Order: sequence, then structure tokens, then C-alpha cells
Amino acid sequence: MKARFLVPLGVFAAMVALLGVGLTMNPREVPSPLVGKPMPAFDLALLNDPEARLTDRHLRGRVSVLNVWGTWCVGCREEHDVLLRLASAGVAPIYGLNWKDDRVLALRWLSELGDPYVATGFDHDGKAAIDWGVYGAPETFVLDARGTVRYKHIGVLTDALVERELLPLLRALKAESS
Amino acid sequence: MSARWLLLVLALLLPGAWANLAGYDFTDAAEERRFKALIAELRCLVCQNQSLGDSDAGLAEDLRREVFDLMREGRDDREVIDYLVARYGDFVLYRPPLKPATYLLWFGPIALFALAVWFAVRTVRNQRASAARAPLSEAEQQRIARLLSEESPPPGGPASGEAPR
Repeated sequence: MKARFLVPLGVFAAMVALLGVGLTMNPREVPSPLVGKPMPAFDLALLNDPEARLTDRHLRGRVSVLNVWGTWCVGCREEHDVLLRLASAGVAPIYGLNWKDDRVLALRWLSELGDPYVATGFDHDGKAAIDWGVYGAPETFVLDARGTVRYKHIGVLTDALVERELLPLLRALKAESS
Repeated sequence: MSARWLLLVLALLLPGAWANLAGYDFTDAAEERRFKALIAELRCLVCQNQSLGDSDAGLAEDLRREVFDLMREGRDDREVIDYLVARYGDFVLYRPPLKPATYLLWFGPIALFALAVWFAVRTVRNQRASAARAPLSEAEQQRIARLLSEESPPPGGPASGEAPR
């Protein structure tokens, strides 16, 4: 009975805490249902060679990274140097998925900024990206040697994130498969 | 109330605007209705407060096309929705499914309302009970009668507050 007047204050504080947590969450990060599932099948022409193909079979058999990008995507340019550094670290091959882009622009981008990708599939109509549940570039997937999606990052990769999450995961997956 | 006001009210009552659906060749009105119902149920992942039917985002157009193609392949509504959920998760649904992770979402408001009703009922009951339990004493009744009948307190009456000078 004594501290009853504190009850509304308590309720108010609880609401502030709840809404505060809600405000700091990022609604853009939609968890992918793909994580833990086999990667979706795809069959794309190579960006630099319309006659050659990049398919899900190429990504099987070893731990690999798939990065979704496009020249129209500002965030992709921002993370490009991070990808170059990740590629030169040589931990796992990075494959590119060039999403709804122009072939000439994309090739120029790679020749000007450097090419971190082992191979890049050219997904002009965005069908493969839909199968991967892509909704905003850049997006980065990590696949284990069996071709299972193990991780997805939505948004720009940073050196800190690569150091903290990506590299330890890639190393663990490599240890798991060897 | 001018005609302009009436127009504004009417505009607000209209359902949300549709994105451009000019590129779609519907065989009949039923197909168009089904398509529109489907894309109104699905959330655009780019502009998250719009449905696939409302959004002009590039991805929304791609996904509309995908939905249309799936319909043409003869898939039923359930299959079309499952196709998108498999890729984008429950988030694409404006009507989230009922499962343990969404119990709070579905039942939270009802539980909160029930709690509020219970609280209100309890408060009213308590007030009634305390009023019934402690009826006013003879002296209190007299004081009420006096206060109601007189403009100013009688001289030398029972201790009231500060007397005016």
C-alpha cells in the first residue's frame, strides 16, 4: 500500500525501456530464412563472359563467400576495399552476384576499383537474387563446404565486422570441413 | 463545409493507391482480383510499410512479376505465399502466422486489454466496498448538512480550517 503511487512510474519506466530497445533495433535487417538451409540453385552467365556459366555447383566443395553487388549501389562501393582486403587474405574465395546491373558499367567498375571476386554471375533480371532472398545490396553470404548457407550479412561490410565475425566463422567452417 | 473539404475526406477514405500495373495482361477480372489480393497481403522489403501492390520499388516490381508468373504456372495462393516466405521469411506477410514466436504479437494486445479491464473492475469494486464498509458517522452527517445548507461556517462551530478574518 505504501509505494502504490510508484506503480504508474514503474509502468512508464518499463514502456520507456521497451520502446527504447525497439528504437535501437534496425528494421532493415530482416533475418534470412535461408541460414542453415542448402543454398538455392542458380545458373548465371559470367559477368565477363556471357558464354560461360556460374552455378551453385561452383560454390560447393569448399567454404566460400557470395557477395551481392551492383554499380548503382553506393554501399557496395563503400565496402569494395574491404572485399579486396578479404580476398587478398586468401581465407575463402569470394564469388560475386551482380544484381540488376549493366554489364559494361559493372566490368568497368571491376577494372577500375579492382576485382575481389573469383567469378561474378550476371543476374540482370534479378531472378537468382530473388531465390537468394536478396532485397537490398550489398548482401553477403557465407557457405560451408556442403553448400549450406551459414551466415548472411545485410549492408556494408567493414573491416571491424570482417575481423570480428566473418574471418572467425570462415576459419571455423574450414576447420569443420577438413 | 465546401466541396474541397468533401473531396479531401473522400480521398482519405479511398483505399491505398496501387503501383503501376499497366504491364500485366489479365485474362479476366477474377485473375486481376486474385493478383491484387495477393500482392496486397505481401510486404515490400524495400519500403517496409508498403505492400507489394503499393510499392514502386524495383524489387517490388520484380516480385509482383514473380507472383504473376507463379499464378500463371497454376500455383494456388498458398503456394505463391510459401514461395516468398521460403526466400524472405515471415516478414513478407502482413498477416503473420500464429506460432510460438508470434504469440505475444497476436495475444499481447488482448492480454493487455484484459489486464486493464480487470484493473478497472477491481478499482471500482474496492471503492464501493470501502464506501459500504464505513458509513458516515452521525457527526459527519450533520457537518455535511450544515455545509450544504449554509453559506459560511457558523461562529464557534467545530474546528474547520482557517477562519476568515
